[in-house]
Amino acid sequence: MSRKLVSLRRLVLIVSVVIGTAVAGVGLGLLFDEVGVAVALAGGLVALVWGLWLIPRNWRAWGYAERLDDLLVTHGVMYRKLTVVPYGRMQFVDVASGPLERRYGLATVQLHTASPATDAKIPGLPAAEAARLRDRLSALGEAQAAGL
Amino acid sequence: MSDGERPGDSVNGVRPEDSVSGVRPEDSVSGVRPDAAGDDETSEPSGKASRVDPTPEHFKRLHPLTPLLRGWAFLAAAIAFGGQDALRSGEMGRFGITVVGIAILGMVTGLLSWWFTRYGFDGDALRIDSGMLNRRSRRVRLDRLQAVDINRPLAGRLLGVSELRLEVAGGGKAEAPLQYLAVDDAVRLRAELLARAAGIDADTPEAPERVVHQVPLDRLVWSTVLSGVFVMGLVILVGMGVAFAFVPNRTATMGVAWSMLPGIIAIGAALWNQLGRNFGFVLAESPDGYRIRKGLLDTQHQTVPPGRVQGVALRQPLLWRVKGWVRLDVDVAGYSGESTDDSQRTSTLLPVATFDEAAEVLRQVLPGSDPLAVPLSTAPRPARWLRPFGWKRLAYGFDDHVVVVREGVLYRNLTAVPHAKAQSVRINQGPVQRRLGLATVHVDTTPGPVDAVIRHRYAAEARQIVDGQTERSRVARKVDVPEQWMARYRFAGSDRDGDADGDGNPTASSERDQE
Repeated sequence: MSRKLVSLRRLVLIVSVVIGTAVAGVGLGLLFDEVGVAVALAGGLVALVWGLWLIPRNWRAWGYAERLDDLLVTHGVMYRKLTVVPYGRMQFVDVASGPLERRYGLATVQLHTASPATDAKIPGLPAAEAARLRDRLSALGEAQAAGL
Repeated sequence: MSDGERPGDSVNGVRPEDSVSGVRPEDSVSGVRPDAAGDDETSEPSGKASRVDPTPEHFKRLHPLTPLLRGWAFLAAAIAFGGQDALRSGEMGRFGITVVGIAILGMVTGLLSWWFTRYGFDGDALRIDSGMLNRRSRRVRLDRLQAVDINRPLAGRLLGVSELRLEVAGGGKAEAPLQYLAVDDAVRLRAELLARAAGIDADTPEAPERVVHQVPLDRLVWSTVLSGVFVMGLVILVGMGVAFAFVPNRTATMGVAWSMLPGIIAIGAALWNQLGRNFGFVLAESPDGYRIRKGLLDTQHQTVPPGRVQGVALRQPLLWRVKGWVRLDVDVAGYSGESTDDSQRTSTLLPVATFDEAAEVLRQVLPGSDPLAVPLSTAPRPARWLRPFGWKRLAYGFDDHVVVVREGVLYRNLTAVPHAKAQSVRINQGPVQRRLGLATVHVDTTPGPVDAVIRHRYAAEARQIVDGQTERSRVARKVDVPEQWMARYRFAGSDRDGDADGDGNPTASSERDQE
């Protein structure tokens, strides 16, 4: 996973915290004058610091491994998750890349099986790696495909 | 999975050759597949994927009463909404004109839609063409068929028509409800669908069946009375009745009477869901899989071919313990439905049965194993912090064919999922669990009421379960029932093993729209 994902998430965090704080500041300021503004600013600051601390930790927790018969995806710091998806069970692979992700040259690969609970998403892959993974997964999926 | 695309097709949207306007990427698959145009002489050259082939002449139309049956709900809605408006404004004349107008409009569109909808077999698939301006051609691959249902709503029963639903694994909605067919046509079509899907001659008559279980009416009634919802409703009603007797003044009585409503609704719902829907429940088995017939007003006939059961759950509500009764629910791919209501309706294998009867059926739908005899290991002691009551009931076990999970103190639950049907395996670990050194393992199945969740095991053990489960599933998939279930007899000895999708095109169905 590319380190750029951390920068991207930081950017998103900062922008949303600034907007959130501004909205909350105006709202609370109208209701409680200076105290309200101070509370909003403090809240924004806490959210910012916490988020900035959490983002790299969360990024480090992501991982995936292409094994012989299945793909292994793990993520989460507080709530740790590990998903094993056999290639033969894949229904399709999604590669998504939003406008921001594209600016950073990133893409998200997601595997889908017949179960909606399957939670195999790999965010923040460099576009070339995402394309390679997609092609490899599709090829393996087709080779090992089993009926439902 | 939206329409069961080939892995990779949906990726990054569109391959260059697919970017014909109005065609979704995966649709070209059916357009250029050689057998798509197989026995259809009038078909376009396969390169023009954006053109829908003209409907072959032998294709049939739905029952002529279809527009009437489909239109009446529409009309009723129009009357309801228009009527409200008219009552408020008092202009009945305009209301009448509106309703007549809507009725005529509805009839005309209904007739047109009926005229342009035709179905028939096209190569190895069922093809349904519909739409006048937006021509739409849908092909349902029969080797991916998960279940065939014939439903007859009350109005349909009165008029002698029925609806045929095909479930293929793909998305939540029923793939192709054929509304409506004459009853004989529906039965004939079902036999043909099943024969083709089984990989045998299409003219094979419907296979004989053996009735496995019939639910006696008195037991069904008692099971309804002993259900939680019914008891709850009764408690509300009785409580309010008592209050009613003691309330002194007139104004309060109205309030009390209104409070009875939830009780009445609960009782009504319990009666309808358990008694009305499962009235006359018959479970039968045949070479085509198991069949279910049920229903008081709306009747349902389900057929689920062999090897389509993705998981079974044996459940026992608290009060049923008095009688020793249990119910069986199944997961069948495609049966999920949009709502829980829908999934309850279609996923009942036995609405109520004695334990022994249920055990017998359980062994039949999961051939080769006895989930009740599988040795279980209970959750470790630290689990008591997360499940103070019933942590001892948390248990799991496995044999060569299935993984079995037990849980629930008041509402007992035993779930069995065949290894071959596991879609993926997951470990989840929350913060509290990490403190206790525990983790939860999920064996994912297709959507439905059956979920195998192995809760609160030691983290190392959870990891072991995942590794073991992955391996067992891999082995089991190789020897699973082939999709064309009868073909294994025809091709006995040849290498038709798990990979029934040898054509490398796992598209369950495809659909083309054209502006």
